[in-house]
Amino acid sequence: MLSRLRPGRTISVVFATVWLLIVAIPIYYMILATFRNQNTYLTSNAWIPNNLTFSSYGQVWDAHLGTYFLNSVILTAACIVLSVTLCLGAAYRIVRRQSRWVGVSFSVMLFGLAIPIQAIIVPLYVMLVKMHLYDTMYALILVLTAAAVPVSVLIMVSFVRDIPRELISAMLIDGGTEWTVFRRLIWPLSRPVISTLAIYNGLNVWNNFLLPLVLTINHATVLPLGLNTLKGQYSENVPVMMAGVLLSTLPLVILFIFMRRQVMSSLGGIVTR
Amino acid sequence: MTASASTSSAQRTSSAAAPLRKPRGGGPARRGKVGGLADWIGVGPPLLLFCLFIVVPMIVAVVLSFMNWNGTGNPSWAGFANWTTFFHDPQAHQSLWITVKLVVFSYAVQTPISIALGLFTAGKGRLKSIYAAIYILPLLISTVGVALMWESLLDPLLGPFQGHQAWLSNPGDALYALTLIIAWQFIPFHTLLYAVGRRQIPAVLYEAARIDGATPVQMFFRVTLPQLRYTIVTSGILMVVGALTYFDIIYVMTGGGPGTSTRTLSLDMYLAVFPASEFGYASVLAVILGVIGIAIALVMVRSSGFGKMRSQQEGVA
Repeated sequence: MLSRLRPGRTISVVFATVWLLIVAIPIYYMILATFRNQNTYLTSNAWIPNNLTFSSYGQVWDAHLGTYFLNSVILTAACIVLSVTLCLGAAYRIVRRQSRWVGVSFSVMLFGLAIPIQAIIVPLYVMLVKMHLYDTMYALILVLTAAAVPVSVLIMVSFVRDIPRELISAMLIDGGTEWTVFRRLIWPLSRPVISTLAIYNGLNVWNNFLLPLVLTINHATVLPLGLNTLKGQYSENVPVMMAGVLLSTLPLVILFIFMRRQVMSSLGGIVTR
Repeated sequence: MTASASTSSAQRTSSAAAPLRKPRGGGPARRGKVGGLADWIGVGPPLLLFCLFIVVPMIVAVVLSFMNWNGTGNPSWAGFANWTTFFHDPQAHQSLWITVKLVVFSYAVQTPISIALGLFTAGKGRLKSIYAAIYILPLLISTVGVALMWESLLDPLLGPFQGHQAWLSNPGDALYALTLIIAWQFIPFHTLLYAVGRRQIPAVLYEAARIDGATPVQMFFRVTLPQLRYTIVTSGILMVVGALTYFDIIYVMTGGGPGTSTRTLSLDMYLAVFPASEFGYASVLAVILGVIGIAIALVMVRSSGFGKMRSQQEGVA
């Protein structure tokens, strides 16, 4: 039995290690490149850590990376807060199903799961220009929150539905209003699903490229667009570009280090729920 | 075409949501004005956002596809002119073909690797959890970051692997190179899905198979794969629709080139607006993208019986 299992196990560990190297080697190369400057990048061996310097980090910071960073933080924070609070409120009302139109609007929002965002960027651009929101943070916040609604509502409804109805009715009988039920019962009990969606939506917003590309031009540049600008400015200077990429990924990596289990279950569980 | 796809989808989702409305007892009968107001406050804002920025643009795209408009002045009615243009536009046909190739290659590359890695990381043990943590990393880097990283890695003059072919500037290789880079970025996500799916398979099934004398290969084909079928559908839909509408890496790395060898449908649509300002024609491409995306999702959901299983689960929960 053991002898029959062993070759299979060896093959799988070898395969897993090969993929590990495929993932790790480019990242190692990138990290090392950030500690070089334009000259040492060309002259040093790309795989051996020598001739290291921090100068590229200074350079990329001078290239407005700080502004892009701040914009991304504001955008991501606003989208997380809005999508989580609005969608939890909606999920609560949908689960309470007190009127028919609530059920219908749930179906409408679920339909949004099938619409690819690429199919609506042209009219979105036209609409936001007409609404005088083009090239503003408001446009990005509103559109990216709207794009997060279908998934968030679906996941939250399937979570809130499992909160025992007896608890809700007990609170209402004791004289609580719908608002106190939401505030003191639904919100605290939903903490796990709130953090799941905060991570999932936050990652999507932080790294979104297409919507900022179409909806802004230069007054609300977020990190992914800023990196693309760096590519234009520093196409010859690889270390500066790589430093930009690394700095823009750093918040997510820190989040991941502290909340590894939570992040992995959020990303993996969100669609298999 | 859009209308029929949307109604059938609405029917399906409402049937999936049906158990929701069935009263389960214990619900207080406080209907009327108070409940109505709370409903408006709760459901109103996200519904409004969603309709304004997702549903309305979808409708506007359909309307614009029958218009001639260059972005300034008033749009004029064009009838089916933009649609006829699409059927006679060799660039659009080539883009469609490139998109189909990208979808097929992406699916063929990503699915087997994701299943294998998912099964590996689903197991317990320190080594496996370290591997799983490193596998996630590409998912955390923004698409533009992934693009810049691979661009400098593959640079035949300045990159670390000097002297090889310039894959990204060779029309015959560029699409394959992009497919592999996209796979590098998205395999982590699908690996996670398969790991979650594998952990949900009851251990009893493997016990029973072992007692019946099944080999590991037989267990994989008779237990693991059939049990993973819903994960395969979910991950497949995300992969196919994702590759169909894929834009970011291609835009940053090749911009559709060299020549038009990586110009997918979504890139073709983008270029029809920026810089060409042909809003009507771009909307035709957008509607086609949307309809194909919705249709593929529906076909995959239907053919697998995924929708039924979902509502059964909801009934149990």
